[in-house]
Amino acid sequence: MDIKAYIVLSLTLFTIGIIGVLVRRNAIVIFMCVELMLNAVNLLLVAFSKMHAISNTAKLSPTFASDAQIFVFFIMVVAAAEVSVGLAIIVMMYRNVHTVDVNFLNRLKN
Amino acid sequence: MNITTLVFILLSVMAVGSAAMMIASKSPVHSVLWLIVVFFAISGHYILLNAQFLAIVNIIVYAGAIMVLFLFVVMLMNLNAETEPIKNYRLQLIGIISGGTLLLIILSAIMKIDVEQLVEMKTGNEGLIKSLGLNLFKNYVLPFEISSVLFLSAMIGAVVIGKKDEAVENKK
Repeated sequence: MDIKAYIVLSLTLFTIGIIGVLVRRNAIVIFMCVELMLNAVNLLLVAFSKMHAISNTAKLSPTFASDAQIFVFFIMVVAAAEVSVGLAIIVMMYRNVHTVDVNFLNRLKN
Repeated sequence: MNITTLVFILLSVMAVGSAAMMIASKSPVHSVLWLIVVFFAISGHYILLNAQFLAIVNIIVYAGAIMVLFLFVVMLMNLNAETEPIKNYRLQLIGIISGGTLLLIILSAIMKIDVEQLVEMKTGNEGLIKSLGLNLFKNYVLPFEISSVLFLSAMIGAVVIGKKDEAVENKK
């Protein structure tokens, strides 16, 4: 499989995430679109890792290809921590304002 | 067309279609369920690339833990009705146009590259648990341990933020 196929797929998923962030106004759905963008980047990193596994650069270092997959692992770690804090913030905003519509959440005070 | 290409196209259509359904569906619960379908499709891609550890972790962490957390929050807020009245079609159109423009620009830049660079499918032991674990605990021990501090701070932060503020409650 050509690497371009994976680039196009990840780019499409990433763009759908961007469109979701721009179009939707529910804060939870916006947050889910951010997760989708993170996953698109993860997929591209794994594809590049497997691309380097059969290219000439794999001879430079024995752990060249699995480094990228460890980066993906750390991205997942950070995403899990980010989701817990972000959802706590959304729950707190809902408790104060009684809405998750970002059009009503445009002020930092009150 | 061999079976690998067929599976790739099937999983790609599944991922992109479910992602489109995610941002198109009105109910947030349906959005969460469609996003779980996207994560399963991406896990299928990982298996196709022989990144078995990441496929399992993707299912357990994303589809299992994170999306259940989202589902809990959505149900906690009782958002299952159509809580998002569509008012501004113009802003939606602008969002779709700007996103599509980004897609077209990067796509046209990528299509100009005529270097054939292949991806290793279904073989290779880079994504297996043995090589990943050896690399993680030999070269990346420090980031691995620091991530535990990150989790601890995220846990404390979530509890502190989610706690009811008693000073504000008393003032009311």
